[in-house]
Amino acid sequence: MAPEIASETSADGVVYALTGAWTLSAGARLERQADALVGGARDASRATLDISDIEGLDTAGAWILDRTRQSLTDMGVEATLVGARPEHAILLREARYRPTEEPARRGMHSPVALLADVGESVYGAGVDLLDGLAFLGRLVVVAIRVAAHPRRWRFTSAAFHLEMFSLRSAPIILMINFFVGAIVAQQGVFQLSRFGASSLTVDLVGILTLRELGVLLTAIMVAGRTGSAITAEIGAMNMREELDAMRVMALDPLEVLILPRVIALIVALPILTFLADFAALFGGMCVTWFYGVTPQAFITELQSPQSLMRFEIGMFKAPFLALTIAIIAAAEGFAVKGSAESLGSRVTASVVKSIFMVIVLDGVFAVFFAAINS
Amino acid sequence: MSAPADIVIRVRGLEVGFDDHLVMNGLDLDLHRGEVLGFVGASGAGKSVLTRTILGLLPKRAGTIEADGRDLDTMTRVERGEVERRWGVLFQQGALFSNLTVKQNIQAGMREHLDISPRLRDELAMLKLALVGLPPDAANKLPSELSGGMIKRAALARALALDPDVLFLDEPTSGLDPIGAGEFDDLIATLQQTLGLTVFMVTHDLDSLFAICDRVAVLGRGKVIAIGAIPELLESKEPWIREYFHGKRGSGRLSAGPARGGR
Repeated sequence: MAPEIASETSADGVVYALTGAWTLSAGARLERQADALVGGARDASRATLDISDIEGLDTAGAWILDRTRQSLTDMGVEATLVGARPEHAILLREARYRPTEEPARRGMHSPVALLADVGESVYGAGVDLLDGLAFLGRLVVVAIRVAAHPRRWRFTSAAFHLEMFSLRSAPIILMINFFVGAIVAQQGVFQLSRFGASSLTVDLVGILTLRELGVLLTAIMVAGRTGSAITAEIGAMNMREELDAMRVMALDPLEVLILPRVIALIVALPILTFLADFAALFGGMCVTWFYGVTPQAFITELQSPQSLMRFEIGMFKAPFLALTIAIIAAAEGFAVKGSAESLGSRVTASVVKSIFMVIVLDGVFAVFFAAINS
Repeated sequence: MSAPADIVIRVRGLEVGFDDHLVMNGLDLDLHRGEVLGFVGASGAGKSVLTRTILGLLPKRAGTIEADGRDLDTMTRVERGEVERRWGVLFQQGALFSNLTVKQNIQAGMREHLDISPRLRDELAMLKLALVGLPPDAANKLPSELSGGMIKRAALARALALDPDVLFLDEPTSGLDPIGAGEFDDLIATLQQTLGLTVFMVTHDLDSLFAICDRVAVLGRGKVIAIGAIPELLESKEPWIREYFHGKRGSGRLSAGPARGGR
């Protein structure tokens, strides 16, 4: 039954007879009844709340009753609660009114806070870069230390991750590069024919895919697929104190977890890039065949020293991009704090930063190769 | 056998299994209103499985689970939701939502199920915090900033948020120091008496069993092999129970004498 109040005014003040269940299930009604009571008793000199007939009481009900009593007292009305059954008396004592000291909330919402946020993230980006370099340094130290002790090489782990990173991602990488090769060829035929230069299509496909697109798309796909997996895995282990457990067993997580993954990724990305190059060329060949260039002609056209050089440039970049992805992924994994939200934001950061850095690094390579005239 | 009205949860012929391995094999159990039922059993005997099955987190193969005399299987989703609202659960690791503050954790259920003003919601959250003995400044902390004992208390506050009738506790004192565990036992006993709770407590803490449990059920071979007050169990001839209570750790506590609230 819903909470009800019946009032009766006597010479001695107002007596409120409370009935019904004063429990949380009444929800907002509980509050409205109590507020009405406080409003109605404003002018009385004494108020007596008789709770002998209520059906039920829980902590919320007890809190509201005692809060009502307190508000009346604060208004100068002499208020008392009477007729409490023993079990209700215990509740009323435990859930007695006490002013809720609201602890200071964190976080400010003001234009200043926004500016502070911007400044902080710019500063954070610089710190991230330095942290990444420091991480690379630590990794190199660990690699050198391990290299001296062949017994500590983790072949099994590296081989397992190599399978996860290369073999398992091969189908999707073959597929996207096949389509990209086909699109480049189709656009080449279509756009170059307006200049009567459609015979350059094969060259276009060769330059674009071998030198840039093959490795870049593969690296971006690997950043999304493998980088995120590494961050999530290391981050979850970090959350559950598994990394600490390793450290106290005198195992270095960098050596046990990160190094095998880094090595596996450095081997995997060139393999995937190699596959990607051929998938893209094959895609280009299929499309140009459709426009009348036979596969034989396509292959003859490709066979030039320049093509080999372009292929080598693409392959040369792969291990560096792999190292970048692996370092960012691992560093973000180590930065995961206790909450699920932090894990999510770190995985996102890992993917976004890896893709960004892969593209920046590709640009740096373009400048480098231009400078050495290749 | 008590009148059905006194039985909050009645489990009959429960069978739960994974693949070809049967964990619960025709288990019967009654939880009486207002009692504290301790639940013990060897590690891997399926204590957590039973709790999770009653809570509906694991599927069962056969048997019935009744709450207040009504079969959970025949209820509609809404009815089942109402029953579950009357249940509070304290998970072993607390299971606080890691990206919400303690206060938001306590209010999570209130927000979803109750139509009350934000002011009352805040006040009730602070009240629950005070009830479980946490300082007010814990309210705006994240679970990762709390110690193990505080996480247990915060999780208990969340379990109590909707003023449940039945409280499920999964190893409430594990991971607490003896003083902290003792305080937690007292806290549960006090809350149980004040709020009139029925408590279902999986525990390995002999002190908890002696201090606050009215009855203790022992799980073995997929069934409840013994149930009763501690003195009855002490008489048991069952080897595992004898070992449990009369072994090295049990007998030390025995000399202090079994007494409810004897702390």
